[in-house]
Amino acid sequence: MASGSPALEPLVDQVISVITNDGRNIVGTLRGFDQATNIILDESHERVYSRKEGVQQLVLGLYIIRGDNISVVGEVDEELDSRLDMSKLRAHPLKPVIH
Amino acid sequence: MLFFSYFKELVGKEVTVELKNDLAIRGTLHSVDQYLNIKLENTCVVDQDKYPHMLSVRNCFIRGSVVRYVLLPQDGVDIDILHDATRREARGG
Repeated sequence: MASGSPALEPLVDQVISVITNDGRNIVGTLRGFDQATNIILDESHERVYSRKEGVQQLVLGLYIIRGDNISVVGEVDEELDSRLDMSKLRAHPLKPVIH
Repeated sequence: MLFFSYFKELVGKEVTVELKNDLAIRGTLHSVDQYLNIKLENTCVVDQDKYPHMLSVRNCFIRGSVVRYVLLPQDGVDIDILHDATRREARGG
């Protein structure tokens, strides 16, 4: 892979995990993006973390996320992901970004 | 431009990026762009018990606007070169 710019091109049509500035975690298939990191996510769902119970998955569908509101875009390793037992994962929700 | 060039020199080195939501991610620096967006490979979250949110992520893109600190490797800083470059930048090129 060319180590020129960190654009999201290689992640198109792959499953990605987005962490937003308000601390949400949205997982879906990357369909498109632009210079400002605006993102089109297909077949997306939100993973809601809490201390009291396992991770809840909420179906969202087709989403556009504005780049301003994005912290991290992670490439999901589907094998690692399928091995995770979401019902046992407990964690505080992520803190929002404070600029 | 100075920091963009500086980070480009660090490609391939192991860095820790601390974000403005207190999440810290360690990984190999893959690339940087003009916005100081960062791509890391072989990532792991520093406090994985507290932040299991990225357990299935090995490569990630971090938006430059949410980076608080980049912790550099010990040998990643040549202070003399950085001093010179900073002075040149301050003089306007």
